[in-house]
Amino acid sequence: MTETAAAFSWKKGILTAALLVLSLLFLLPFVWMLVTSFKPESEVFVYPIQWIPKQWNAVQNYSEVWAGSYPFWRYYLNSIQVALITTAISVAVSSLAAYGFSKIRFKAAGPLFLIVLATYMVPHQAILVPQFILYRRIGLFDSHLGLILLGSFSVLGTFMLRQFFMGVHNELIESAKIDGASHPRTFGSIALPLVRPAVATYAILRFIWTWNDYQNPLIFLRSDSLFTIPLAMQKFTSMSGQFYSLIMAAAVSAILPLLIVFILGQKSVIEGIATGGVKG
Amino acid sequence: MKATTTGGAAVEAAAPPSKARRRSRGEELWGWLFVSPMLLGVTVLVLLPIVATFVLSLADWNFVQGWDGIKWIGLDNFDKLLRDDLFLRSVRNNVIFLLAVPVYMAISMILAVVIDRHVYMKGFFKVAYFMPYISNIVAVAVVWQVLFHPSNGPVNQMLRALGVSQPPGWLADPNYALPSIMLIVVWTSIGFNLILYMAGLQSIPRDLYEAAEIDGASGWVRFARITVPLLSPTSFFLLVTGVISTFKVFDIIAVTTQGGPIGSTSMMVWYLYDTAFVNLKVGYASSIAVVLFAFVLLITLGQWAAQKKWVNY
Repeated sequence: MTETAAAFSWKKGILTAALLVLSLLFLLPFVWMLVTSFKPESEVFVYPIQWIPKQWNAVQNYSEVWAGSYPFWRYYLNSIQVALITTAISVAVSSLAAYGFSKIRFKAAGPLFLIVLATYMVPHQAILVPQFILYRRIGLFDSHLGLILLGSFSVLGTFMLRQFFMGVHNELIESAKIDGASHPRTFGSIALPLVRPAVATYAILRFIWTWNDYQNPLIFLRSDSLFTIPLAMQKFTSMSGQFYSLIMAAAVSAILPLLIVFILGQKSVIEGIATGGVKG
Repeated sequence: MKATTTGGAAVEAAAPPSKARRRSRGEELWGWLFVSPMLLGVTVLVLLPIVATFVLSLADWNFVQGWDGIKWIGLDNFDKLLRDDLFLRSVRNNVIFLLAVPVYMAISMILAVVIDRHVYMKGFFKVAYFMPYISNIVAVAVVWQVLFHPSNGPVNQMLRALGVSQPPGWLADPNYALPSIMLIVVWTSIGFNLILYMAGLQSIPRDLYEAAEIDGASGWVRFARITVPLLSPTSFFLLVTGVISTFKVFDIIAVTTQGGPIGSTSMMVWYLYDTAFVNLKVGYASSIAVVLFAFVLLITLGQWAAQKKWVNY
């Protein structure tokens, strides 16, 4: 080793430059989307690409998206409502079950956990048809409640949180029991606070997955007024046809907020994915 | 409660058997109570539906006919599937699509090694490559559809400027549509794979590399003999989840090509959706669902069998 750690390394510099060029492949589509959303329609396909618009049409484009015939503010409210409630219920159900499976010694715990785990092998699309028939029968079709319930019983969340609850020392649970604390109390004031980082990571992931979900809204919603962002994005695109500047304004509106949340909280999202090894 | 701490412990130690039994009955009750919301949800929304899928796959039934319209036809649906050209094409497309998995895994592994050890601005690269994964797939698909626009899209305009006189029609061309979608999936999948590979790299002890360096192993040899084998648990996990996720590809096809042009991008889940919710053939769609389930089950079970053989821990 002839170099000190702080010295500039040419090899490192060249590789960094090469990766920067490669990262353009990942960034330019986003930049193009953003720039195009500011342009009047007539300049969308002008070549060479104008990376800085000559004419700005941003206000008109975005007001059409946010207040036109498919008003995005409504879909935002829908998405926020569905994603927040789904996340809250899912975290509650999964952490209760995870605690039950890992910290309460009851006879059926093992077999029941295996049953729950086995359902993870069922691809969601293999049960869409019966779910659809069931929802039509019991009146959950075309409702936010129905959509929320579909995302509320996560095997993955239960499995993930169970791993973390298992790391909580049994002595803590036992001594709480000896002190006379019931399980709900031990769960709420001892176990849950100890696994709070894991719960937060799972909550962020569940929120992102629910926010980006396209398939369930497509199948289980019918009324325009109930649409979430991804479904509205697709309807808006098919309605706008050739108006690519408007479509890009809609795409920016669909992507940007979550991207900002991600960039702000990227550490916990990336670490959560890396440690959980989970996939949406 | 707090005041009785020590007293409580004493009582506990001297508790007669009947009390212990009552305590364990309490454990039984609490156990069931804690897991019951999850059990209830999974039973109603997953277990009953999967049983229903198997039952319905034996029927000839259309949504609009009502329950009286059900005809039980045994295994005829599966027999029909074997001779259904569009279904066979969809399965074949699924198999072709598997090629995308090793491609994005290889790119991700190399990128992970380079980003982890050999560049400045690590944090920036992590975020840049991860952006497509976090972005809404519908919006991403729409953006690519416009970028790939056959006559006016920036991609083809650039190709023409570079001297390609007849650039491909991408998503609109039956020969290029499936590869185009695979390209978009590679683009969106690299971020996730990269993050997991980088996590995997953290667990490889540094002294291994130092020892190899002292023994005169070149960079390439160190990569092939240390990095790749020691990343094999990560690779295995990514391979299995990647293969399973190709069997579930739906969103991007629904948004971009809807299985076309002329069936060239039809995949199993798209065909299932089209059969069930456009053509309303519930029984036939259920038989496709059973085949899909079988594929995923086989991969998962195969994973358990293979894990011991191929993975270096």
